[in-house]
Amino acid sequence: MAKILGGITTSHIPAVGNAIQKELYDDPYWKPFFDGYPKVHAWIKANKPDYVINIYNDHGLGFFLDQMPTFAIGAAHEYKNEDEGWGLPALDPFPGAPELSWHIIESMVADEFDITSCQELAVDHGFVVPMQLFWPGAPNNPDMPRAVPISANTVQHPIPTLKRALDFGKALGRALRSFPEDARIVILGTGGLSHQLDGARAGFINKEFDQYCLENIVSNPEELTKVTRMELVEKAGAQGTEFLMWMMMRGALGDNVTEITRNYHIPISNTAAGTLLLECAA
Amino acid sequence: MDHPGFDHHTHIPGTTIFDGKMAMKGYALNKMCYAFNRQDNRDAFVADEEAFMEKYGLNDAQKQAVRDRNILGMIEEGGNIYYLAKFAGIFKLSVQDVGGMQTGRSTEEFQDFLQSQA
Repeated sequence: MAKILGGITTSHIPAVGNAIQKELYDDPYWKPFFDGYPKVHAWIKANKPDYVINIYNDHGLGFFLDQMPTFAIGAAHEYKNEDEGWGLPALDPFPGAPELSWHIIESMVADEFDITSCQELAVDHGFVVPMQLFWPGAPNNPDMPRAVPISANTVQHPIPTLKRALDFGKALGRALRSFPEDARIVILGTGGLSHQLDGARAGFINKEFDQYCLENIVSNPEELTKVTRMELVEKAGAQGTEFLMWMMMRGALGDNVTEITRNYHIPISNTAAGTLLLECAA
Repeated sequence: MDHPGFDHHTHIPGTTIFDGKMAMKGYALNKMCYAFNRQDNRDAFVADEEAFMEKYGLNDAQKQAVRDRNILGMIEEGGNIYYLAKFAGIFKLSVQDVGGMQTGRSTEEFQDFLQSQA
């Protein structure tokens, strides 16, 4: 049976992709952010996952408002990024794992999570930037695992509740642990932390709330299910709702996790950037 | 789309909850901006803005907000920031530029504001 090694979270700000392209690792603005990643790289090197479940939110590339799935799971042989409106270069495709995708889909629906399956899915910066952060040169990194993208809607309300996100993760964990292959799996929860891009409150960041989320997501994620969706908008900012991806990741890891590394920095672009690596008990 | 007794809207100052009502109001505007994922559509917009807006069926208020590069106006008319970001991309505006435009700050003042919350 497959084993979940752990979960990694990171912000997935588009500007990070640009900074990676320009190799701004030691630039004074970027250094406090990129310094959060060497420990993650070392852990990945030591643990060599075979599969990566990339939980992200599409920002208007893979999905439009004509058909907006609340939870969508990729089931393709490969995943391509595309131009998102500002001339992004096309990368080589990320290798998929359709047999794992369909196992997850079967298991999730049997577990009463009615998801949308996608045999084609263009992946945006929410998926790509974390891959580039964790596997430098992605997808052309020799250790690049095969990927299953999972996207949750945070574009249009109603968005899922924090409890639903955590429960989704728990069901995802059951699905992964029942995959009949001796495989090693890592789960990414991407997006956040607090930020707001739109409106008269644009630029809003909330360090205190982010710290509350960072503390509880490690040891007491159930506490966070008390936060209502509108409280999340109010306290994390309109786009801080991406924290739902962290909840989904966390649910899949089970109760017993060890924090390996954490980084938090304000600001990267308009965002409070957070990185966290949690390892599952052996 | 008003259904008395079924208003799911919540008020958070300076924040538009992009719910079903706003998603319906802004559909044409957002659909146009979604098209800006493609370079050929961005080029077509730059070549003839009015024709492009007409093609996507924007209403007069949406058209005027686009002509004025009025981000708050576009949000008021149902625009969603994730799609509007693609509109901003045509003009090479960063999210700090867009933040400044919405809050009456220069880009530098907006960046200072972000930094002040560290």
